[in-house]
Amino acid sequence: MAHHVLNMPIDDAQTRALKVGDTVTLEKTLFGIRDATLIAMFDKGRKTRLDLKGHAVVHTAPNVKKVDPRPDNSSGYEPLCIGTTTSMRMERFTRPLMEREGVKLIIGKGGMGQATLDALRDLGGAYLAVVGGAAALETTWIEAIEEVDMDDLHPESLWKFRIKGFGPLLVTMDSHGNSMYADVNAGAAAKRGDVLAKIGAA
Amino acid sequence: MQVDIKEVEEVAKTLYIRALKLLPRDIKQGFDRLMREETSATGKTVLGTMVENIAVAERTKNLLCQDTGIPIYNVKIGKNVVLDGAAMKEAIRKGCARATTEHPLRSSVVHPITRKNEQTSCGIGVPVINIDFDERDETLEIEMIPKGSGSENGSFLQMLIPADGVGAVKRFVIDKVIECGGRVCPPTIVGVGIGGTSDVCMHLAKVAATRPLGSKCADEEGAKIEAQLSEAVNELGIGPQGLGGKSTAFRVHVEVAATHITMNPVAVNIQCHSARRASATITPGGIAFE
Repeated sequence: MAHHVLNMPIDDAQTRALKVGDTVTLEKTLFGIRDATLIAMFDKGRKTRLDLKGHAVVHTAPNVKKVDPRPDNSSGYEPLCIGTTTSMRMERFTRPLMEREGVKLIIGKGGMGQATLDALRDLGGAYLAVVGGAAALETTWIEAIEEVDMDDLHPESLWKFRIKGFGPLLVTMDSHGNSMYADVNAGAAAKRGDVLAKIGAA
Repeated sequence: MQVDIKEVEEVAKTLYIRALKLLPRDIKQGFDRLMREETSATGKTVLGTMVENIAVAERTKNLLCQDTGIPIYNVKIGKNVVLDGAAMKEAIRKGCARATTEHPLRSSVVHPITRKNEQTSCGIGVPVINIDFDERDETLEIEMIPKGSGSENGSFLQMLIPADGVGAVKRFVIDKVIECGGRVCPPTIVGVGIGGTSDVCMHLAKVAATRPLGSKCADEEGAKIEAQLSEAVNELGIGPQGLGGKSTAFRVHVEVAATHITMNPVAVNIQCHSARRASATITPGGIAFE
């Protein structure tokens, strides 16, 4: 169970070194993305001017405040509260996000399914779990909103965050076919019969 | 008591922001209990992060969770309360919109077909405003619940039939908790509605999911199922965030209503661990927030 500090972006070897059970802290850059952003990019063919190659994306739509753009904060937004949304809704976008944009790490909550696990294996990626609902804490890991694209989708824009010590995150799906969610779900399915029998509902 | 409508607007605004920042005492106590009982190392770490987040939110006066939810206002009108009902609903709507634009908060509400976001947390039928009456003299209570979507997407209705029996009702709940896994941000409060019509059944599940921890189903048979299911869901090993452990749910809550001789409906509505709610009681003596 190793701990990895990753200065984003990263390469294929760094991604494949991540194993389920490892912990990760990200530094420098993180992108925020979610349902509407992904629908626009892959169902409606919109392109982003931001370069996601080798980067991590977090499933999020933040609470932000409009401010005057400054040299260190050209987006015109200040972060107020940034947390993570349920990843599973975005299951069918993992592969195109990795293939077309070169994304290496997906950060989310609640886990993803087999299509994502296959894409992580084929294209070299990992899924890192952040504790959902712990947004006040997560916000303290974000220094600034550096850029924003597709802001007509606000708050589901494509966000570029400057981060410091983003983590620890838990590797819960890796490029070697392992998924903690699949293990826990299989465990629950195996216990189902006994649990139902005990409450007279078998 | 004559209710000042302007006051209702201010209360509606304050409640939305307050609910997003301060977790109710019963939920914090629920975390203390789970921390004592959890045996999985990962589960303990995850619960620890959630507890830390509650402290960070209070210290930094920040929102607990980025999801500002679907705003729900539950209004209870006591005896001898005089108010203009239509104006009250409008005031709640205005207060909700002002919280969003003035704080500012992320507007999480869109038109269901165009997906257009008005950036006010309001839209057709939103905020949800439920109005009920009670026996308290000269008392108007407004409760605000920002219902997070991760757990709201864990909502299910099944119109079972009498031949399926109560066993099928219990099975439905267990199967939905398994199906949801970590997606609904466990540890959760699993709200279960049993009986009624389809819409009443679903509403009962929501009432159950948003009831304080420590409260009990008023119906004796409902309370029995509540106790059984509370134990059962925590034997599935789903755990905090679906990463394994005992703490899948703080509790299963059940609400019941009478139903038709041909019907046996069951509904599930889940509340995530960020079980936020805030309320204000308006009396001739002033406004008390909780």
